[in-house]
Amino acid sequence: MATCSVLPEVLCNFPAISDQTIRMARKTIDDGFKGLVREYADVIDVLVQPLQWFLNYLERLFTTSPWVLVLAVMLVVVYLASRSRAITIGTALAMSAIGLVGLWQDTMVTLAIVTVSTLIAILIGLPIGIVMARSNRVQGVVNPVLDVMQTMPSFVYLIPVVVIFGIGKVPGLIAVVIYAVPPMIRLTNLGIRLVDRDVLEAADAFGSSPGQKLWNVQIPLALPTIMAGINQTIMMSLAMVVVASMVGVGGLGKNTLQAINNQFFTFGFLNGFALVAIAIIFDRASQAFGKRLQKHSEVVHG
Amino acid sequence: MASHGIEIRGLYKIFGPDGAGYVEAVKAGMTKADLNENHGHVLGLQDINISMPAGGITVVMGLSGSGKSTLIRHINRLIEPTAGEVIYDGADICRMTVSQLREFRRHKTAMVFQKFALLPHRTVLENTVYGLDIQGIPRTDSLKKARYWIDRVGLSGFESHYPNQLSGGMQQRVGLARALTNDADILLMDEAYSALDPLIRVDMQGVLLDLQAELKKTVVFITHDLDEALRLGDKIAILRDGQVVQQGTGQDIVLNPADHYIASFVREVNRGRIIQAKTVMTPLGDLGTSSDSIAVPASMTLETAARQMTLANVTQARVVDDSGLPVGRLDFSALVSAMVTPTPHEATG
Repeated sequence: MATCSVLPEVLCNFPAISDQTIRMARKTIDDGFKGLVREYADVIDVLVQPLQWFLNYLERLFTTSPWVLVLAVMLVVVYLASRSRAITIGTALAMSAIGLVGLWQDTMVTLAIVTVSTLIAILIGLPIGIVMARSNRVQGVVNPVLDVMQTMPSFVYLIPVVVIFGIGKVPGLIAVVIYAVPPMIRLTNLGIRLVDRDVLEAADAFGSSPGQKLWNVQIPLALPTIMAGINQTIMMSLAMVVVASMVGVGGLGKNTLQAINNQFFTFGFLNGFALVAIAIIFDRASQAFGKRLQKHSEVVHG
Repeated sequence: MASHGIEIRGLYKIFGPDGAGYVEAVKAGMTKADLNENHGHVLGLQDINISMPAGGITVVMGLSGSGKSTLIRHINRLIEPTAGEVIYDGADICRMTVSQLREFRRHKTAMVFQKFALLPHRTVLENTVYGLDIQGIPRTDSLKKARYWIDRVGLSGFESHYPNQLSGGMQQRVGLARALTNDADILLMDEAYSALDPLIRVDMQGVLLDLQAELKKTVVFITHDLDEALRLGDKIAILRDGQVVQQGTGQDIVLNPADHYIASFVREVNRGRIIQAKTVMTPLGDLGTSSDSIAVPASMTLETAARQMTLANVTQARVVDDSGLPVGRLDFSALVSAMVTPTPHEATG
């Protein structure tokens, strides 16, 4: 600290705002935020109620139905989406292994929340992505917000979510959606912006209205990119359910959290592998589905 | 549906943030280079006046950068003009509101593109009904029309193929079928055949001429190929640096090129296919009644006339008008010299 002896104090130790002021500011913001939340508690409850119902319904459906039935439906869905025997057999094996190690119920809980959060992320992300693709100004505003959403440590989301919605499944769900929605928005935007200009001009030349152009040309041609967005969204919600278990989301995530706290090595890895298995099933099935939608572009004239 | 001509009057297009601000300067004589270097605006089109005949093919010819693609996009206003008028059926397209323009594009125009611009996720049949989909016509009606036109352009059996499964020539047939299914009076063809192989191009030109003989649409055809222009055009306008340098029939342009630029194009042309018998004949008024053995129509090209005269083994032929009355005499020597001797432009100018 030789240099510090010659430099004035201000240039050596960063002149921070006094602890007291910061404490005051923090307290004011926190109290204000909490007050606001308390004031609108009824409104917030009403708003999240449908989510609660939907999530509970799906969770109950998945956990109380006989496993044979759930597995059969799952295999049918996977087969219809992928039309691939290998992926279907892989799904059957992976789900059987999960059942054998006693994680069936927990997996069903996780499956329910991932399904709901993916649906919500698509429902929110698609329109935002479309609006963003149509206006550079909206893109200029939304992009930095997405940057923040994607780089902010996922644990930090949990704080305001818990303050607003409390502890429980729905706050967890909301945290998962916030974490999983950016790729959906970004890739929808990108897909629409990359649509061939010549085809768009043709749509204009035939007198398309903006809506006709969107549904006949832009969305269909952007579909491969949008499908990649949906795939990313699913992967990110699977990753986030583990973090969301800290605010009361059950399932595989909660088990993982327990395993960390108690150093249950085997139990932790079993749950981890169960998550990996679901992720691979979702990924392969949705990618095969996306590829099948694009069948027309594979056969190129020689 | 009766066809209407398209009248383009005093059309200017200046690309840049303040195009309208420079129209007066350009009218006063500012050059394209000056506008570009000192004012950062690009002169796209300058004082275009063309009247495109109803029910005929007008070809706009020019090299790349001449402004021909910009010009055709003013007819359905895919590009906004800076100044001027484009009149069709008494209405100025440049002054239409958004909804009027949309209706005009839906019902009066159809366009064929250089890069085909088909929808890759739709089959040939679904691509062909595209214009009618946009008009809101139910598929039960539109599919019937689409099948008819797919058959007319020679694509029967490919209805359920995707564009990627077809060759370039076949894709452009789909583009043509899509435009024709729209049943619009104006057919805009933006370098429609430029991306095709020479043989297929000639084939497609034949398809267009056959259909046009029956349909009599007002066709605007853009090309950089003079042979194509001469084969298709009832009227040809040649564009250079955003200005019309010459317009007229193919024969006008071949026989009287307006300047060196056009003359250099015309030198390579097969004149026998362009020049008509009546241009080379000796009029009857000078020579009294003719008693030559064979008759050729006045509008017949020299190449065809030469073939017929050689087959009949004669050196003179009677030239007759549409009603079969003799109007002149065609000498084989005059015919051959008109076919092979290009007028040396340097000598006359």
